[in-house]
Amino acid sequence: MKPDYVNIGGRMPRVDGIVKAAGEAMYAADLSLPGMLHGRLLRSPHPHARILGVDTSAAAALPDVHAVITSRDTSGFLAGGIGSPGNEPYLALDKARFVGDAVAAVAAVDEETAERALELIDVQYEVLNPVLDPFSAMRPGAPLVHDDAPGNLSFETDLSFGDVDDAFSTCDYVREDEFETAPIRHGFIEPHAALASWETSGRLTFWGSKQSPYFTYRNMAKALGIPMSRVRIVQPHLGGGFGGKNEMFNVDFCAALLSITTGRPVKVVVSQEEVLYAYRQRHPAWIKLKTGFMNDGTLVAVDADIVADGGAYKGIGALSLFLMCTFLALPYRVPHLRAKGRRVYTNTQPSCAMRGHGVPQVRYAAEVQLDMAASDLGLDPLEVRIKNAIQPGDTTGNEFRITSCGLTETLVAARDTAERWRREIPAATEPHLKRGIGVASYGYVSGPRIAGHNTSAALIKVHEDGRVGLATGSSDCGQGSSTVLSQIAAEVLGVRLEDVQYASLDSEIVPVDPGVFGSRVTFITGNAVKRAAEDVRRQLAGVAAGILGVDPEDLVFRDRRVFVEGDPERGIPFDRLVKSAQYSGTGMTLLGRGYWAPEGIDLPRFDTGMGNQSGAYSFGTQVAAVEVDTETGRVKVLRLAVAHDCGQPINEMLVEGQLEGSSIGGVGHTFTECIQRRQGQTMNASFLEYRMPTALDACPVESTHTDTTDEMGPYGAKEAGEGVQVAIMPALVNAVHDAIGVWFKRVPITPEAVVAALRGSSAGATPNGGAKGGADGDGPDEDRGPT
Amino acid sequence: MHHARRRGNRGHVTLNEIILHVNGRAYAARVEDHWTLLDVLRNQLGFTGAKKGCDQGSCGACTVLLDGIAVQSCLVLAVQSQGRSIVTIEGLARDGRLDPLQSAFHEVGAIQCGFCTPGMILSAKALLLRNPDPSEDQIKEALSGNLCRCTGYVKIVQAVKMAAAERSQAAGAAPQDVALRADPAPQAGSGT
Repeated sequence: MKPDYVNIGGRMPRVDGIVKAAGEAMYAADLSLPGMLHGRLLRSPHPHARILGVDTSAAAALPDVHAVITSRDTSGFLAGGIGSPGNEPYLALDKARFVGDAVAAVAAVDEETAERALELIDVQYEVLNPVLDPFSAMRPGAPLVHDDAPGNLSFETDLSFGDVDDAFSTCDYVREDEFETAPIRHGFIEPHAALASWETSGRLTFWGSKQSPYFTYRNMAKALGIPMSRVRIVQPHLGGGFGGKNEMFNVDFCAALLSITTGRPVKVVVSQEEVLYAYRQRHPAWIKLKTGFMNDGTLVAVDADIVADGGAYKGIGALSLFLMCTFLALPYRVPHLRAKGRRVYTNTQPSCAMRGHGVPQVRYAAEVQLDMAASDLGLDPLEVRIKNAIQPGDTTGNEFRITSCGLTETLVAARDTAERWRREIPAATEPHLKRGIGVASYGYVSGPRIAGHNTSAALIKVHEDGRVGLATGSSDCGQGSSTVLSQIAAEVLGVRLEDVQYASLDSEIVPVDPGVFGSRVTFITGNAVKRAAEDVRRQLAGVAAGILGVDPEDLVFRDRRVFVEGDPERGIPFDRLVKSAQYSGTGMTLLGRGYWAPEGIDLPRFDTGMGNQSGAYSFGTQVAAVEVDTETGRVKVLRLAVAHDCGQPINEMLVEGQLEGSSIGGVGHTFTECIQRRQGQTMNASFLEYRMPTALDACPVESTHTDTTDEMGPYGAKEAGEGVQVAIMPALVNAVHDAIGVWFKRVPITPEAVVAALRGSSAGATPNGGAKGGADGDGPDEDRGPT
Repeated sequence: MHHARRRGNRGHVTLNEIILHVNGRAYAARVEDHWTLLDVLRNQLGFTGAKKGCDQGSCGACTVLLDGIAVQSCLVLAVQSQGRSIVTIEGLARDGRLDPLQSAFHEVGAIQCGFCTPGMILSAKALLLRNPDPSEDQIKEALSGNLCRCTGYVKIVQAVKMAAAERSQAAGAAPQDVALRADPAPQAGSGT
């Protein structure tokens, strides 16, 4: 029997819903200041070129232009590179390394004048041969993207436990396949925007579209050479992030440096086209996967060789590769695992974290291959998953310590869903339409530790009228964290959600926070908020105990009242208690503070992939039903379902929103989305050509919670935002196989690839343009077996 | 009346003085021929609820109502918008009360980051103005020009259905909608 919560677990509208519905929510591009100038960035048209000289004189002489800056005006700070030095300048130093790399920036009275000035900047380039895919990049003699990275190797992870080679020799069945995923977009609709205002006293105030504002806080100070305390980050509303707005970018730096240079506030807003060709993408990956099973479906050994295209810079790519390798160890028991990963530089836009961070790529490969193996072994793939499912109390070979875990329950729920769908969904009426159902599972972190500082913190101020102000360093990029965190504060203090006011983040006073990544906010910041609220509650309990003549320990905070446990009539309304506290003695000020990080979490060993990463792991199983048109190759998604273990959901409605958005996003990743480039130029840098799902692609998404309560999570909660984008792709690919008997080892599965596969052509014509086959048929007429 | 303004080295540019009727009020604005309605709404008149997502007519975040029809304001020139009724998200609430669509979006969880929300709500508003009782397919069709990466559209479609149902229940909700469609008599707005 779960506790009787007032503010936890229900369906509560978000605290920022009304301002957003009313159009009053201010995003970075909506802000302006008196005297504000507008900045624009000049970008390299070449994928790889040495910069011999930049002549800015004509641009600087244009009327209404206030400043033109190049790398000569910077300290040459290099960003990125967790665990090792970074290598990404905010303005290109000696070389431009991809089409879109920023070379110069201009501030002028308006955007059109700034654009005109960019045309007058004369950059002398020596065009160099580019490397455009990781396999060419690794060839001996290939041009180097960075001179200090031989073979264009950005980072390597070599994870190994058990005895893989020996284990394969004991297996009844071993198969090896190659999988490939496409470069894709985060797809946020709000382009990057930054507004910076420099004061002569030496303080910079910055408003930006930042998902992890303290990344910018730290890097801005380093790049400008000013103390961190002189960087004031104020966070406006944020129009989506999905991992693509974590890092500080050139747009942020240039706004600041242009403001310092001109003595005026400067706003830089990039176009969506620039977002799509000049900023981040998800790592495309090539995964050679060998897996061994016993005849009964017991998973014995996994051997993976992963190549990830890191694009032009290091960024946070070491973590991406680490996660790709380590998440071959979840969500099943894998006694023997070897995962060698190479992140490779190319002259394309840099790759970084994106919802699920590296894990969707490897789980796509592993979950599809599991179905392939089950098919060969004559086993039900769902039963194979149940047989191998990781269990509470397990520790993986790479030291992930599994505490709460409802994976098996999610698999059982998924089995029920699939069986029900097989009854409910009629066979297609027309013979060229084929329907199928597929399943896949995942595990994910509730906040990975990536560096020393893993603590989040919260501040609470109780207002004189009894309302509660809450501030944390975690920004809400749409996932609803401000609501969830407010619910936690309300529950501790026994007030209602509408009594809590979530303050905007201001680094001047709000404690530093590692960032909004790895699904860490509910789990880690949630615990910090709980502690801050408990701090205030202790202070108020002391006052109430005096008034009521009882021990503070005997007080209950609930329904906007504080009363004696077991005697609800003997109490005091919350707002009156606040007032009494203010007038007790010379007057109390009610401020609460709390900070928290899970204890005993290892620093990641990026090179070996060893170490427990998180205080809790989420689990889930996704089910997909599709209809394939065998004439046109189009795939229609009929239904999706997620059975998941996110611990105790803090807000059912918001959790559903995460599941639905993740799932429908995954539909795009599986069937339509792929960045297409020719000679390093992005050919589909618009939402018309890069096709994300629209309302027409939406389908029902069912969800089932399994009943776990995590001991470490606030009120038992774990993550719910990212894990659900991990298994959607393989569930859909497995469903397509169920429909037409073809395994697709390359995503996206375009209509052309479907038609080609059905005609028996192995050259699945996916837009990735690789020469390797994209599909394996295992139908009776075209069984080519494992490659 | 024309005003000249210096612009870079393109010499002098002619500014047109126009009157725009936004949310029932008349505004004077000085605009260049090629300025979009979106830029003028945001930069001259302060209606930042209209969002610039792509400036190419492909995301729908800038959607406003033009004589009751949903248009992408990045694809309409400001000078073309004279004499027509423009409604932005800021003009939907009446007397401090949210439009039923706004309330429904809030209550069912159809809002996440909120950047697509104003455009999405106005596309839905245009649909309900011409078809008060739309089918699910009609709702999806009407919203298919508005991209959202956060929600997967499931709760957005649900919100539109809910608002339509409430609207059909509440007789006499029509006067406000008539006002949205009709060309309003210019009021004594002082412009920017």
